[in-house]
Amino acid sequence: MSDAPLIRLSGITKTYGRGQAAFQALKGIDLAVEAGEFVAVMGPSGSGKSTVMNILGCLDTPTSGSYEFEGVKVEQLTRNERALLRRNYLGFVFQGFNLLARTTALENVELPLIYRGEPLVRRHAAARDALRQVGLEGWEHHTPGELSGGQQQRVAIARAIVTRPHVLLADEPTGNLDTRTSEEIMELIAAFNRELGITVLMVTHEPDMAAHARRVVRFVDGRVDSDRRNGEAG
Amino acid sequence: MLWNTLLLALRAIRRNLMRSFLTILGIVIGVAAVITMVTLGNGATKSVSDQISSMGSNLVMVMPGQRFGPGAVAAAPFKNADVEAVRSQITGARLVAPVVAKSATAVYQANNWSTVVYGSSNEYFEAGNWTLAAGRTFTEAEERSGRAVCVIGDTVREKLFGRQSPVGNDIRIKQFSCEVIGLLQAKGQSAMGSDQDDMVVMPLRTVQRRLSGSQDIGRLSISVKEGVSIDTVKAQLTLLLRERRNIAENEDDDFRVMDTRQIAETLTSTTKILTMLLGAVAAVSLLVGGIGIMNIMLVSVTERTREIGIRLAIGALEREVLLQFLIEAVVLASLGGLIGIAIATAASIFLANLMAIPYLFDLGINLLAFFFSAAIGVIFGYFPARRAAGLNPIDALRHE
Ligand SMILES: Nc1ncnc2c1ncn2[C@@H]1O[C@H](COP(=O)(O)OP(=O)(O)OP(=O)(O)O)[C@@H](O)[C@H]1O
Ligand SMILES: [Mg+2]
Repeated sequence: MSDAPLIRLSGITKTYGRGQAAFQALKGIDLAVEAGEFVAVMGPSGSGKSTVMNILGCLDTPTSGSYEFEGVKVEQLTRNERALLRRNYLGFVFQGFNLLARTTALENVELPLIYRGEPLVRRHAAARDALRQVGLEGWEHHTPGELSGGQQQRVAIARAIVTRPHVLLADEPTGNLDTRTSEEIMELIAAFNRELGITVLMVTHEPDMAAHARRVVRFVDGRVDSDRRNGEAG
Repeated sequence: MLWNTLLLALRAIRRNLMRSFLTILGIVIGVAAVITMVTLGNGATKSVSDQISSMGSNLVMVMPGQRFGPGAVAAAPFKNADVEAVRSQITGARLVAPVVAKSATAVYQANNWSTVVYGSSNEYFEAGNWTLAAGRTFTEAEERSGRAVCVIGDTVREKLFGRQSPVGNDIRIKQFSCEVIGLLQAKGQSAMGSDQDDMVVMPLRTVQRRLSGSQDIGRLSISVKEGVSIDTVKAQLTLLLRERRNIAENEDDDFRVMDTRQIAETLTSTTKILTMLLGAVAAVSLLVGGIGIMNIMLVSVTERTREIGIRLAIGALEREVLLQFLIEAVVLASLGGLIGIAIATAASIFLANLMAIPYLFDLGINLLAFFFSAAIGVIFGYFPARRAAGLNPIDALRHE
């Protein structure tokens, strides 16, 4: 564990489309993340941030290159094994929430636990706990349609952390939120990292948000442009 | 895993109540229609054959002409002498009832009622399993002399006499008046929907003299003796009548000899065709219901594809997602099937009662309709999901 990083990307490329229409969104990404890190991913729109997050979250497969998770080569896993990797190690917060419609906050949050086979009592307790942590106590039985954007984002975060994942991948978790709500959510994520030791990779456009992270990786045009510790000279 | 997946499927059904309701509705209507139609058709068929076999399995009917209904070629009617010949020469016949039928209006005081007058003998009551509710049947003298007496059916009594007792009163039929000497026990509707109690029976001679004005006889009902083969009697009858009617060796019969089984077959074949026709119409509605389901499922496939993407993204296995959709489809379809069966049962019992036909539970059609509906649900609920569950989670999530 100590020598192999938690996550290692080497030479990852991703090409969308074929032939004439082919577009290379990632042009060779090398990146290593140690357990317990809090990494902010920045870069202009279209630079490939979401693409790389999706690959990290095993939601998408790279065109070439190698992705090692805790020393396991992900591209050699089967579909089901990748699903189990998502289930047991990863939590994902999407750019667009992706909650189940017409489903209460509680049911949305307990969903990953159902797939983990947690018994009812434990999973309800854990889901309520997670909702309380994101400040949604009392909103358990509201559906996404009855929640504000910020509240939906919190439900999505609660769903991602309810399983106590090793890695939390968050794609612009504060994208559509006002400064104050963004700040609260950042505090929350930073606290998970600090107190639970969850490794966090988070995409953001805002330097204020990136300031919470201890490391900032900048993407430009499908490549890692810079990779520096916070506090180092920008 | 199965239990959890069941939970997820039930939640999905609850979450999409309207869609679930419409899905079920399509199946309910189709299944109920098919089962009701077929059940009623079967009931009608059974009722026809029951009625005919209640006439007794040893009954043989002889009528002139070869075919029923339109296109029947007119053939010479039987005469009184034919009846005598049959009575004396067909030794296997227990009783022979000649029948002439005429429609006429019966009048009693201010009431009149148009009905059918049958001319026959006392054998008629025996062959038709009629019993008396009041009064008596004909005496030998009345039959011989053709006196104006009659035995009436229950409908005629009701229409003419209401609550009054008919026996001993005179009713007028055409120009003559006729004493009611007996009342028959009510039998109700016949298999073909006609009212069997709507009739007046008089001695054959009376009808021939006063109503038909000829010696013609419409048909003969013959009851075969116990222990004598029906086929033998039929063969003897055919031989005798061919001879009496001067039919040459190479010519076909110009009359028909049928036993109850054949009559039943002739009549039930009609109701069977009707059943099939109704069943086919209903099957179309089941199909339309199926297409409705397909429509609903396809319309919701966009939303469901994203749902599948979400489930895959948070760690569901492809087979878990598929199992959930399968359970969902099966639950909806079988719920629809069961409700359809329940409605069909209630409707069939109610309508069968109304139509005075027996209610027959047909396991085959119930199972068929149920499994067909389940198959529709599974096919249209499951296969769109299968495509979606095979996608990369991110592609399912991006689906628009
Ligand atoms: N499914 C796809 N098919 C084709 N091209 C795609 C697809 N997804 C992304 N791209 C392209 O890949 C490039 C990188 O996209 P990506 O979503 O990773 O950008 P991003 O850095 O997350 O941008 P943003 O900050 O706007 O979210 C973009 O130019 C985009 O057009
Ligand atoms: Mg993005």
